[in-house]
Amino acid sequence: MTTLDVTGLVKEFNVGNAVRRDVLRAVDDVSFGLPPGRTVALVGASGSGKSTVARILARLETATSGTVTLDGAPAARRGAGLRAYRRQVQMVFQDPFSSLNPRHTVGYHLARPLRIHGHTRRGPEEEKAVHALLRRVSLTPVERVAAARPHELSGGQRQRVAIARALAPRPSVLLADEPVSMLDVSIRLEILHLIDRLKREDDLAVLYITHDLATARHFASEILVMNKGSIVERGPADDVILRPAHPYTRALADAAPDPLRPRTRTR
Amino acid sequence: MKPVLRIDGISVAYEAERATRAVRDVSLTVHRGEVLGLAGESGCGKSTLAYAMTRLLRPPGRITGGSVTHYAPDGATTDVLGLGGEELRRFRWERISMVFQGAMNALNPLLTVERQLTDTLHAHDAGGGRKERHARAAELLDLVGIDRKRMRAYPHELSGGMRQRVVIAMALALNPDVVVMDEPTTALDVLVQREILGEIDRLRELFGFAVVFITHDLSLLLEISDRIGIMYAGRLVELAPADELRAAPRHPYTVGLMSSFPSLRGERRSLRGIPGSPPDLSLPESGCAFAPRCPWAAQPCARGVPPLVSGAACVLHDPAIRPLGPPAELLAGTFPVPSVEGAR
Repeated sequence: MTTLDVTGLVKEFNVGNAVRRDVLRAVDDVSFGLPPGRTVALVGASGSGKSTVARILARLETATSGTVTLDGAPAARRGAGLRAYRRQVQMVFQDPFSSLNPRHTVGYHLARPLRIHGHTRRGPEEEKAVHALLRRVSLTPVERVAAARPHELSGGQRQRVAIARALAPRPSVLLADEPVSMLDVSIRLEILHLIDRLKREDDLAVLYITHDLATARHFASEILVMNKGSIVERGPADDVILRPAHPYTRALADAAPDPLRPRTRTR
Repeated sequence: MKPVLRIDGISVAYEAERATRAVRDVSLTVHRGEVLGLAGESGCGKSTLAYAMTRLLRPPGRITGGSVTHYAPDGATTDVLGLGGEELRRFRWERISMVFQGAMNALNPLLTVERQLTDTLHAHDAGGGRKERHARAAELLDLVGIDRKRMRAYPHELSGGMRQRVVIAMALALNPDVVVMDEPTTALDVLVQREILGEIDRLRELFGFAVVFITHDLSLLLEISDRIGIMYAGRLVELAPADELRAAPRHPYTVGLMSSFPSLRGERRSLRGIPGSPPDLSLPESGCAFAPRCPWAAQPCARGVPPLVSGAACVLHDPAIRPLGPPAELLAGTFPVPSVEGAR
C-alpha cells in the first residue's frame, strides 16, 4: 500500500525588501510518514507552518529543501509525473465557500477530475460515477445535488462536495487542511466521521491539519505538534494530549475551550 | 440585578417575494455587567437579533414587531426602536456598541489606528480638542494592551489578534453600557482567542459594561458566560444560567449541541453532532421547528410552537403533556442518533 514520506522538509520565504533581504523559515526540518489506513494530525497555532506543509505535499508550493516520496519514489514537480502524483495525493481545503467555483454545478466539479484522471469519459458512465461519488459522501438525492450550484448548498454540504471531488481521482492520500474550522460546531463531527469512514473504506492515508486538539485526539492515531516551523512533539494521540511533554503543547491544550473548566471569575 | 436592555417579543423579517422570518418573537433581558451568551447554528437568527437590538439592521431586513428598551444608569428609559436621526446616531456607540464578526476586516485599511479611534471620539463630540482626543486614543490602546507606539500603524501592519484588540478599544471608546460581540474570536487561533477572552473579561470587570457574546461555539460560551440563550430557527429555545445549562440542559437541541464537541481530556465517546439541517425560515412554521431533527419528537410537537416556559421551549417539559416528566435520556443529557451520518 501507498505511504507518503516526508524527510527534512524546509521552506523559506523571502520577506524583506530591495534594501534589506530577509528570509522567513516557515517550515524547518520536518519529517514524518503517512501510512495507509491511518490518520495523522498536524496541530499548531496560526503561522506555525502547518498549512505550508500541506501545500508542499499537494505540490502547490515548492520546498526549499527536503524530499517527499510516494512509495519510495520522489514526487515529481511537473508534467505527467506531477499528474500521476496528484492522482494519488488529494487535498480538501479549509473554506468550502471559496474552494468551489460558484459558476459551476456540483456535477461539473466532480466530473472534471474524473475525466482529467482518465477514469470516465463524457456520457452516462460519467453521470453514474458522479452519482456514486455523491452517494459515498451521503449527498442525496444525487440528481438534485449534482444539478445544484455551490450557493444552493449549506457549508457542510459544500465541504462534502469538496471531499467527493478529492475522492474522484481515487487517491491513496488525503490532505485535509482545517476541513471543519469554517463549519458550525454541530456539523463538524459528521464531516470528521465521514472522512474517518472513507479512510477505512479506501485504506486512505489522512493528514488532518487543525488547531483543535480535541478532535485531533479523537480522530487521529498519531499527533504532530508544530510550532514556528518545527515539530516540537509527536506521539500516539492519547499520549500527546493526556501527557504533553512540551510546554507549547500544554499551552495549546490549556487554551482550548473546556466547558468543564470552573470559571475563574468571581461574582 | 438591574436590567440594562430589555428585548420584548422582537421579530425580524428579510423582505423578499417570500419573506424570511429570521427572528421570531424573542424576549430577553440583559442585566448590567453580565455576560450573556447567545449560541446557535448559522442562520438561526443570532446575528440578526444583534443587528436588531443595536438598530444596525439594513433593508431588506425589517423589525416587524416587539420593542427594545434601554435603561440608563440613572434609571431613565429609552425606546430604542423609536429613535431616529440624530438621537439614534448619538445612542449607538455611546450606549450600545458592537464588535463585528470578522472584526479583523472591520478596520479601514487606509487610515491609521489613531485616526480611526479619534474619528469615533470626534463624531460623538467626546474627548474635547485634538490633543485630548489623541491622549484618549493612546489611553484606549493602553487599555487593550497595545503599545501606544503603534498608534500610527495601519491595520495591515498589525497581527489578527492586535487588530481585534483595536476593534475592542473602539467599541469601548465611549463607555457604552452594552457591548454586542458577534463571533469576536472565531477567526483567531486558540492561543490568541484565549488572550482576547481574558482581555474582554478584565475590561468588563473594570468598566462594568454588559457583554452579549454571540457564537456557534457552545463550549466557549459555557466557560465565559453568566447566562446562555440558545437560538434555533429564529426562536430562543432555552435560556438558563451557564452553570445550570452545563449541568442539566433542558431543550433537546441544547442536549444535541452539548454532544457536538468531544472533550479534550475526557473519555473517548462516539459523538455524532445533530443529524439533519435547520428548516427554511421562509416557509410557514408548524409546531416545533426542531421536531424533524429531534429524537424525542412526538405528536404534541406539531400542535403549535412551544412557548419558552421555565427555561426551555419544549413540550417534553410540560407536565400537562408528560405527567411523568421528560424522557430519562434527555435528563441524562444523551442525544441518541443513528450510527450512519446524514447528509448536510
